[in-house]
Amino acid sequence: MASLIPCPHCGRRPKEEFTIRGAALERPGPDAGQAAWMDYVYLRDNPRGAYREYWHHTSGCRRWLVVSRNTATHDVTGAEDAAAGKGGKA
Amino acid sequence: MRYSALSILLNGLRGNAGWRPAWRQPQPRPHYDVVIVGGGGHGLATAYYLAKEFGITNVAVLEKNYIGSGNVGRNTTIIRSNYLLPGNNPFYELSMKLWEGLEQDFNFNAMVSQRGVVNLYHSDAQRDAYVRRGNAMRLHGVDAELLDRDAIRAVLPFLDFDNARFPIQGGLIQRRGGTVRHDAVAWGYARGADSRGVDIVQNCEVTGVRQDGNRVTGVETTQGFIGCDRLALAAAGNSSQVAQMAGLRLPVESHVLQAFVSEALKPFIDCVVTFGAGHFYVSQSDKGGLVFGGDIDGYNSYAQRGNLATVEHVAEAGKALIPALSRVRVLRSWGGVMDMSMDGSPIIDRVHRDNLYLNAGWCYGGFKATPASGYCFAHLIAKGEPHETTRQMRLDRFERGYLIDEKGQGAQPNLH
Repeated sequence: MASLIPCPHCGRRPKEEFTIRGAALERPGPDAGQAAWMDYVYLRDNPRGAYREYWHHTSGCRRWLVVSRNTATHDVTGAEDAAAGKGGKA
Repeated sequence: MRYSALSILLNGLRGNAGWRPAWRQPQPRPHYDVVIVGGGGHGLATAYYLAKEFGITNVAVLEKNYIGSGNVGRNTTIIRSNYLLPGNNPFYELSMKLWEGLEQDFNFNAMVSQRGVVNLYHSDAQRDAYVRRGNAMRLHGVDAELLDRDAIRAVLPFLDFDNARFPIQGGLIQRRGGTVRHDAVAWGYARGADSRGVDIVQNCEVTGVRQDGNRVTGVETTQGFIGCDRLALAAAGNSSQVAQMAGLRLPVESHVLQAFVSEALKPFIDCVVTFGAGHFYVSQSDKGGLVFGGDIDGYNSYAQRGNLATVEHVAEAGKALIPALSRVRVLRSWGGVMDMSMDGSPIIDRVHRDNLYLNAGWCYGGFKATPASGYCFAHLIAKGEPHETTRQMRLDRFERGYLIDEKGQGAQPNLH
């Protein structure tokens, strides 16, 4: 994997500063029903290739990021603040 | 050809010119009773037991690379059955019993060595958890023994017992656990299956699954279409990819796990030792190299190679446990792609098509399970009903809420 992650707040930082949470999925609403929640909690596309996942910049800005990465080559192609895509304050 | 001391002697006298390849290199036929996707340990064992125990010999094993190129040749060779939960324990004990008779059964030297597996504990709470697990094992008829600090010191004097942060208080030992020559497991099963008529087709990648209504009719491969009455998936780290071809999403993520071997040393570790305070496990091979590993890297990967940060982490854990390792040189490290399931336990089940069977979710414990996985998967395919030890290893356990969560981590695959 790329050794440096382009954190939108801190610049390029070593990946060891981050904690990986896993797939960046759309969380269903509380009343979305059992099938939608089953899907969200347990089922995964698990793609071979482009992948978006939540990373926490634990030893930096402590913001949650969405890192774009390739699971076959380990190339990191980008990182954005997780709140940015949801209308939050990035 | 049956291997024996006499055959070795006679072939030696004839300049070893009489040996024949242990399995054929067949062209795939247009149709089989059973097609198994994945020529790893589990796929080959499944073919072997289908042919030997259940009389189904019109079987093909399709492997996209060469057999033994995946996880069966990439693990740290450990076998054990020291599980806590009733959904797991009888299955892994069945596996242990099959390991104990395996070499005679398939007439191949797999170097099964029951040298003992020691799990160290470093706190009162951890001791209590090990007592509970040891008692659960004994209730299932599995051997387990709690050793105190002095008993551990007698067998493993070189450990850092007085580590300031994680002093060693004792350990749980399963004496029947140990190691097995992993490549020989693949070769032995391949040879045994092949001699009973199974076609092992290497360099044959499955690219699609052809379906007709509620049935699978065959697979598209790089060597053309191959029809089948029953399709069995045993693709380990690539399970999600193969299942997707059949229109199925799995509760599985693929992660990379690294393993390591050191330069050869004089014998000093005569069992398998696991560090209870970090994730580190080590044994010594017959060639003298220390074979060891740690945790998965923690991110989804299909790359079969890991990252330096994990190499450092494993080395630090090893050094914390055995200070004498500080100047040992590591010869090689490598990575395998693990099918990490959402509760840390495997799936052996018939899935959403009438004749489609799934064997996946082994996390990083698949090697020790190889014989029982093959046996139980063959049982399911041949009889249409699960073996009694795999009744809980169903795919629908996740939506029904019957998880087999040995570590209690929940749906977070990089923590199992």
